[in-house]
Amino acid sequence: MAVTKMFGASVKRREDPRMITGRANYTDDVRLPGTLSLVILRSPYAHARIKSINVEKARQMPGVVAVYTGKDLVDSLAPVPCAWLPPNSDLKVPEYRALAVDTVRYVGDGVAAVVAENRYQAQDAAAAIEVEYEMLPAVVDQEKATQDGAPQLYADVPNNTAFVWRLAGGDIDAALRDADVVVSQRLINHRLIPTAMEPRAAVAHYNPGSGELTLWCTSQNPHIHRLLMSAVTGIPETKIRVIATDVGGGFGSKIPFYAGEMIAVAISKDLGRPVKWVEDRRENFVATTHGRDHIDYVDVAAKQDGTITGIRVKAYANMGAYLSTAAPGVPTWLFGLMLSGPYKIPNISVEVHGVLTNTTPTDAYRGAGRPEATYVLERMMDLVADRLGMDPVEVRRKNFIPKEEFPYTVATTLQYDSGDYEAALNRALEIVGYEQFRKEQEAARAQGRLLGIGFSTYVEVCGLAPSQAAGAMGFQGGLWESATVRVHPSGKVSVFTGSNPHGQGEETTFAQLVADELGVPLDDVEIVHGDTGRIPFGMGTYGSRSTAVGGSALIYAARKVRDKGAKIAAHLLEVSPDDIVFDQGRYYVKGAPDRVKTFQEVAGAAYLAWNMPEGVTPGLEETHFFDPINNTYPFGTHVCVVEVDPATGKVQFLRYVAVDDVGNVINPMIVDGQVHGGIAQGLAQAVYETAVYDENGQLLSGSLMDYALPTASMVPTYEVDRTVTPTPVNPMGLKGAGETGTIASTPAVVNAIIDALKPYGITHLDMPLTPQRIWQAIQESQKGS
Amino acid sequence: MYPAAFEYYRATSVPEVVQLLQQHPDGKILAGGHSLLPMMKLRLAEPAALIDIGRVPDLNGIQDAGDSIVVGATTTYWNLLQSDVIRQSLPLITEAANVVGDIQVRNRGTLGGAMAHADPAADMPAVALALDASMKVVGPNGERTIPASEFFVDMFTTALSPDEVLTQIIFPKPQGTSGQAYEKFAHPASGYAVVGVAAFVTLDGGKVQTVRVGITGAGTVAKRASAVEQALAGQEPTEQAIESAAAHAAEGLELNGDIFASEEYRAHLARVFTQRALSRAVAAARG
Amino acid sequence: MKQQITVTVNGVQYTSEVEPRLLLVHYLRDVLNLTGTHVGCDTSQCGACTVIMNGSAVKSCTVLAVQADGAEITTIEGLAKDGQLHPLQEGFWEMHGLQCGFCTPGMIMTAYDLLQKNPNPTEEEIRHGLEGNLCRCTGYQNIVRSIQYAADKMRGAAAAAGGE
Repeated sequence: MAVTKMFGASVKRREDPRMITGRANYTDDVRLPGTLSLVILRSPYAHARIKSINVEKARQMPGVVAVYTGKDLVDSLAPVPCAWLPPNSDLKVPEYRALAVDTVRYVGDGVAAVVAENRYQAQDAAAAIEVEYEMLPAVVDQEKATQDGAPQLYADVPNNTAFVWRLAGGDIDAALRDADVVVSQRLINHRLIPTAMEPRAAVAHYNPGSGELTLWCTSQNPHIHRLLMSAVTGIPETKIRVIATDVGGGFGSKIPFYAGEMIAVAISKDLGRPVKWVEDRRENFVATTHGRDHIDYVDVAAKQDGTITGIRVKAYANMGAYLSTAAPGVPTWLFGLMLSGPYKIPNISVEVHGVLTNTTPTDAYRGAGRPEATYVLERMMDLVADRLGMDPVEVRRKNFIPKEEFPYTVATTLQYDSGDYEAALNRALEIVGYEQFRKEQEAARAQGRLLGIGFSTYVEVCGLAPSQAAGAMGFQGGLWESATVRVHPSGKVSVFTGSNPHGQGEETTFAQLVADELGVPLDDVEIVHGDTGRIPFGMGTYGSRSTAVGGSALIYAARKVRDKGAKIAAHLLEVSPDDIVFDQGRYYVKGAPDRVKTFQEVAGAAYLAWNMPEGVTPGLEETHFFDPINNTYPFGTHVCVVEVDPATGKVQFLRYVAVDDVGNVINPMIVDGQVHGGIAQGLAQAVYETAVYDENGQLLSGSLMDYALPTASMVPTYEVDRTVTPTPVNPMGLKGAGETGTIASTPAVVNAIIDALKPYGITHLDMPLTPQRIWQAIQESQKGS
Repeated sequence: MYPAAFEYYRATSVPEVVQLLQQHPDGKILAGGHSLLPMMKLRLAEPAALIDIGRVPDLNGIQDAGDSIVVGATTTYWNLLQSDVIRQSLPLITEAANVVGDIQVRNRGTLGGAMAHADPAADMPAVALALDASMKVVGPNGERTIPASEFFVDMFTTALSPDEVLTQIIFPKPQGTSGQAYEKFAHPASGYAVVGVAAFVTLDGGKVQTVRVGITGAGTVAKRASAVEQALAGQEPTEQAIESAAAHAAEGLELNGDIFASEEYRAHLARVFTQRALSRAVAAARG
Repeated sequence: MKQQITVTVNGVQYTSEVEPRLLLVHYLRDVLNLTGTHVGCDTSQCGACTVIMNGSAVKSCTVLAVQADGAEITTIEGLAKDGQLHPLQEGFWEMHGLQCGFCTPGMIMTAYDLLQKNPNPTEEEIRHGLEGNLCRCTGYQNIVRSIQYAADKMRGAAAAAGGE
């Protein structure tokens, strides 16, 4: 049969038919007889001592089966774990109980849990629980929290500082001393709420007879959740099955291991009945981790000609009230290591203070540390250009690592795999028509119209690896991925992957890879993920790693299958394996293409095993654990063009051009989709989204009525293009495409708006650049003049 | 997302609605439900009873009554958008209805519900003020008519008594050359008006004869911008005249402020959007 | 006190006893087990729960089941006919209009109403028409294209039918 090459083809997604017909199976869609509905009562106060909890009235309510407080769960649940422990940072991990035992530390901290026959009844009962609080002073700002006299969250965490982490390369002091100019700026990278459209949910079913727990949950990494659930409940891993096959978006917020799922499991185990917990959106806004929330003090050393000689960053990262699963790694390693960006900066120094405050814990959010680093660099590039009177494009070009110098080791110790930064920049300039735009801008300014253009030339790190590096960074896990390729007797193929796509489309792209490797029709390949009862131990989907790392694992597994098949085919064709050629699903004898065994025939022979070569075992199934030698480094240039209405401060997007280089591309349609969505999220940080707390720790942007997730009419049409610079670190030469859009777009948008405001002498504004903030800045600039 | 329990009554006539209101003083009227149900889902409202007027036959529909257009209280935004008579005589309604909420909200939300709920950021109260509408309400003592200018009392508070039901909104048909426009600065998350300005003008011999400006969103309740109207009435509506009249837009407003828009910024937006709405209304009047 | 309602969903008539406070979306999901209609918020913003009720798109989280008594409802499960995908479903598949798929049923049902009201919408009209539906994955561009694909196909089909 004719098999065309699938790599590079925009194959329609195989996950779509179930989703466009309403037949997907998200966690809340799971239906088990006798399921109880769980509601968690959450603290309305940011910091308070629990004086008493009276659950008697709630217990008497119709349909209520049980009510639990923190004290009731202390014996059955160990504290919520933190799993990224950066060494040499004086790290303190405060105790985080699934339900608070005596003190609540943020609005949303769990206080009690109710289970009832249905959700309405559980909600009624939760409203009837009486909690008496003694208010304590709260602190929400991470800088204020470190100052003397600030309210203390924990007696044993002085100045609320959970860690201080440092990284240095070169000699920053000398660079600053010897610089022609030093450009300094305080930058706020504000807090965001990930807001996957599916809130978190869990269905826990503990079978008292077998001692087995089945947990359906909204997870990006089900095996990690199984491992941690075993650790906190004492149920052996062998008795836990975690299922997270259809997950409605994650963006990092479904990596952490949370209290809600733990409580559902503990109660199911206690009562011997299935328990379902589904967040409300407002609950999601306080109980699921937030992202970003940095204050960065930045000093850049530069020469008169625009050469950047050094960068120093002192960052205050708001960790929230407790340290979430991967949280300490986000503002440290994932941020600090990336502070060279695509530039040659010989001297870099970074110091990060991880600060505990009375707010929802933060953790990874799409990009996780890398958007923060890119924002620092790209904003500073424009400020340096402004100071030196240079074109922002030229400052960037001047400092790029030239393509001849790859692999290139930056001052933060990372070794970049491959890159051609100028090519992407040039392509973007060509698409946007840069010179022409500057002329239009000048003409528009003469008419009082505010046009602006902003650039972001970024590099990011993904396909995080290798596991040895994880160990050095204190990440309590490996960074490899697993795959099993099982060929059935008919020649059909099941692939079991440790990656857990939840929108990224690997059910399709992975099948494309396997179809190519084994020369079988795409329809003959099934991708199995997200069920620990079926897949080998694996790390999951985050950090744009699934295809680069998980895809490599399955390529190697498929190649082992192919090689075993070659031995069997050679035996059947009575030639040496060295004389066998494999092409498009056929094993034939070199020079005699009519002497052939199809892949399907070989699969059948492997299972009949009537006639196997010596030393070759029956069956056709292989597993591979892939640990890459290095990370991958996608890069590119994003350009945003805006017009600002001076009367209202409102921003209109005129163009958005993205030229990304993610190496080779398996499915261009899917990669474009990833870039689109990423741009929307990053752009929304620049102008729309912001999580705002008042001084008492109340989340003022606590619902979708207040938190501005963009709608279709709030985003522009994206013009996306690519350059292709393959990576040598994996067999496909691809880098990862899940986060480029988010990482690149935020500073491109901010830089465009600041450029538009140049006639007012405005050089920097902190995000989000809402109409009011822009209007106020214009007003203030006019007062001064 | 899970309302507290309540009793539910489906009324079949206006007298039955009034009777049910008297029997259930803690009850609330349910029309489209797009103001009330969201509050009940968050348990910010927990009425003991709901009186569903969605199927009372006389309450739905748009009638051309010669001098006026009479809109039944349960008429949806989508009904308004489809109406030719509204588009021809009262394009302000069409324009504003098209920016209320979203398709789904416009399909279910009712004009009467918007009026009776009196959300300070709803669009339609400003429109009713600019068009000098009046509200027909029915209670135990029969019916009465309340001008829009007296109907909106305060945030979520109207001149309706608890035992009264709003049945009709009556819009006088504009006479002579009129122009109408709605300018809205929508909140990026909620879609409600941060500021919404509805403007109505008639011209006579090149001068402004009648001018009515309704402002919503900026203040605690939708209000007529009397100072603007006074400044423009009788004037030739030049750009400068409009601008200097619009400068009075925030006068008399008890301004709202929140994390998205401060009081000061809302006052500014009220001026900018009043100017824009008036300019467009004047242009429309000039044809 | 429970009330009896009769509702026709995807052509099948159901009679049920429900609490007045039961939301239509919970009736569809939990009583009828039609889990294709999703819940993504609690403030009537996200549109994931959109269904067609008596011909119009409504957010089923903002309708009481008792208000739907006597109504005809179409959910995402009822959109394909005789094993043939609706042009909108086809469009979303062809143009990569979905990633995680959670918002998709609501998007499709809203688009159904949008195209019924305006069979030949501009890009701007499509974007305006989707203001009641949130998607966190796609950045909307491919959703717009999906709807344009369906509009073209449906107009083509209508023209062909008219020409017969």
